[in-house]
Amino acid sequence: MKEELMEILEELRPDVDFENEKQLITDGILESFDIVALVGELSDAFDIELHVEDLVPDNFNSIEGMMELIEKLQDE
Amino acid sequence: MSLSSFLMPGGASGMTSFFSIEYMFVFLPIAIVLYWLSPQKMRRYVLLFESCAFFWLISGKLIAYLILSAVSIYGFGLWIEKINAKKKEAIKGLDREEKKKVKKKFTSRSRLVLAIAAVIHIGGLLVLKYSAFAVGNINSLLALMNVGVRMSVPKFIMPIGISFFTLQAVSYLVDVYRDKIQADKNFLRVFLWLSFFPQIVEGPICRYSQTAEQLWKAEKIKFDSLTLGLQRIVFGMMKKLVVADRLNPLIENVFNNYNEYHGGVIALAAVCYTIQLYMDFSGSMDAVMGTAQIFGIEMPENFKRPFFSRTISEFWKRWHVTLGEWLKDYIFYPITMSKPMQKLTKSARKKLGNHFGPLLAGSVALFCVWFANGLWHGAAWSYIFFGMYHFALILTGRILAPAINTVNGKFHVNTKSKPDQAMQIIRSDILVVIGELFFRANGLRAGMKMFGRMVTDFSFGSSAHALFTKLGVDYADLLIVGVTVVIVFAVSVLNEKGMCVRAELKKKNIVLRWAVLLALCMYIVIFGAYGIGYMPVDPIYANF
Repeated sequence: MKEELMEILEELRPDVDFENEKQLITDGILESFDIVALVGELSDAFDIELHVEDLVPDNFNSIEGMMELIEKLQDE
Repeated sequence: MSLSSFLMPGGASGMTSFFSIEYMFVFLPIAIVLYWLSPQKMRRYVLLFESCAFFWLISGKLIAYLILSAVSIYGFGLWIEKINAKKKEAIKGLDREEKKKVKKKFTSRSRLVLAIAAVIHIGGLLVLKYSAFAVGNINSLLALMNVGVRMSVPKFIMPIGISFFTLQAVSYLVDVYRDKIQADKNFLRVFLWLSFFPQIVEGPICRYSQTAEQLWKAEKIKFDSLTLGLQRIVFGMMKKLVVADRLNPLIENVFNNYNEYHGGVIALAAVCYTIQLYMDFSGSMDAVMGTAQIFGIEMPENFKRPFFSRTISEFWKRWHVTLGEWLKDYIFYPITMSKPMQKLTKSARKKLGNHFGPLLAGSVALFCVWFANGLWHGAAWSYIFFGMYHFALILTGRILAPAINTVNGKFHVNTKSKPDQAMQIIRSDILVVIGELFFRANGLRAGMKMFGRMVTDFSFGSSAHALFTKLGVDYADLLIVGVTVVIVFAVSVLNEKGMCVRAELKKKNIVLRWAVLLALCMYIVIFGAYGIGYMPVDPIYANF
C-alpha cells in the first residue's frame, strides 16, 4: 500500500519529500487544492469513500496518517 | 454615565469596545473578582451569569436571539446525535455493502435535520442582515425596468455579534452531524460555550471542541495567567488607542472627501487604513485572548502575523484565521467533496492533469467561499467586490503557479532567497492594501474612483506641511504612530522567529515584569488618542 500511496503523492507534488515531512497540513505544504486532487486519487486507488469529516490535519499530515486513514476506511 | 442607566438593558452598549472605561475598569474587574471569590463548583455558573449580564448590558432584550440560538443547537444537536447512535447500532455485524446501505439511510435522515437547523440559523442571519440590501437591489432593478411597483425596505434590529455566534452555532451542529463531537446533554455547557462574553462581539469563532470543556472546568485564576493576560490586554490597548484611533481622523478625512485629494494621498490613506484595521482588530483580539487567559481559557488565534505572507492565499491563513478555517471546513470542503464535484474533478483530472483538473471544482468552491466571506462582512456591493477581488487573486495565483515555477527555473530565480522573499511579501502587502481600499471606501463606486485616482494621478499635490495641515494630523501624531508601529513590528518579527515575548518576560524577575506592564500603561496614558479632539472609535469588526 505504501508504494502505491507514495507513487500517487509523488505524482501529485513531486517537489515534496513525503518520506520525511510529518506536518504536511500544519506547515501548509499541502494546500486545499492538493487535498481535493488527493481525495479523488485515493478513492479510486484504494476503493474507499472519503468524507468531509475525514479531512482533518492528523489524517493528512504524514504518509503514516494517510495509511492509517485508508486502512480504517477499507475496514468500514 | 449614571449607574442606573449603565444597568439598564442595552444601557452599556459602549462596552462593545473592550477598551472602553465601562468594560476595562468596571465590568472586567468585577467579573474577575466575582469569579475569583466564587467556590470552584459555582465558577462555571458565575461565568455564564457574567456572559449573560454582558450581553444584556450591550444588547438588552436582544439577548433572546442568543438564548434561542443556544436552545436550538442544543435540541437539534441531540436529535442528530440520536440518529447517529441508531445508525451505529444498526450497522453492527453487517457486511460492507449492507453497512453502506444502512449508513446511507440514516445519513439522509440526519442530513435533513441538519438542513432544517441550518436554514433556521443561517436563514435568520440572512433575514436580519441582508433583507434590506436584497430589497434595495430589487427596487433598483424594478426602477431600471420602469416598473412602478416598489417593495418596502424591512428594518430589523440586529443583536451584536450575531454574525459570530451564528457561525459557532452552525459549526456545532455540523460537527455533531459529522460525528466529530458528541452532542452535549448539558444545556448550560452549550450556552456558556456559545455566549462566553469576551468572544461574543468580535470572535474568535471557536469550535465546541476547542473551548467548551475548558470553560466548563472553570479553573481558578492563577497569578501567572493573570499577569500574562493583563500584558496581552495592555498590548492590544496600545495597538487600538495609540495607533488605530490616532489614524482615524486622517482616514475619515480622505475617504469621505477623496475628490479633494491626489492619488498619492489616497494610497497613503489606504495604507493607514490597512494598519488601522489590523491594529483595531488584532488589538481587540489581544483583549479577548488576554481576558480568556485570565480565566484560564486558551482560544484559537485569529492573527498570525499576516503581513509576513508571501502570497494572498497565505495572507488569509494568517488574517482572521478562525473565519478562514470556518469557511474552509463548512463551505470549501463540503462543496469539493460533494458527489457532482468529485465526478467533475475526476474527469477533469484525466483531461487536464493533476494541477488544472482539481481547479475546476476547486474554483466553484473557492467562489462560494469568497462570496460568503465578502457578504459576511456586510450587506453592500463593496464587500462582495472585496470577496471577488481575493477570489480572483487566489485563483490566478493557482492557475499561474506552474508557469511561474517554469520561468523561475529558467532564469535560476531562487524563490527562497531573502531578497526574493522580501519582494514576495511586499507584493502581497500591496495587493492587500488595494483590497482594503475597496473594503473601506464609502461604496463600490467611491472605491473605483479612488483606485482610478491612485493609478492615474499618483502625486501628493502639495508640500508635506500643507498636506498634513489639511489632513488634520501633525508631526507628533505621525511620530507616535511610527514608533508604536515599529514596536508592534519588532514584536511580530520575534514571534515570527518563534520567540514569544511574554513567555520570555515571564522568565524575568517580578520587578521587571511589572515595570514593563506599567511602562506600557504609561505609554498608552500619555500617547493614546482619547479625550479632547478625539472621538472614541467603535471596534471595526463589531459592526460585522
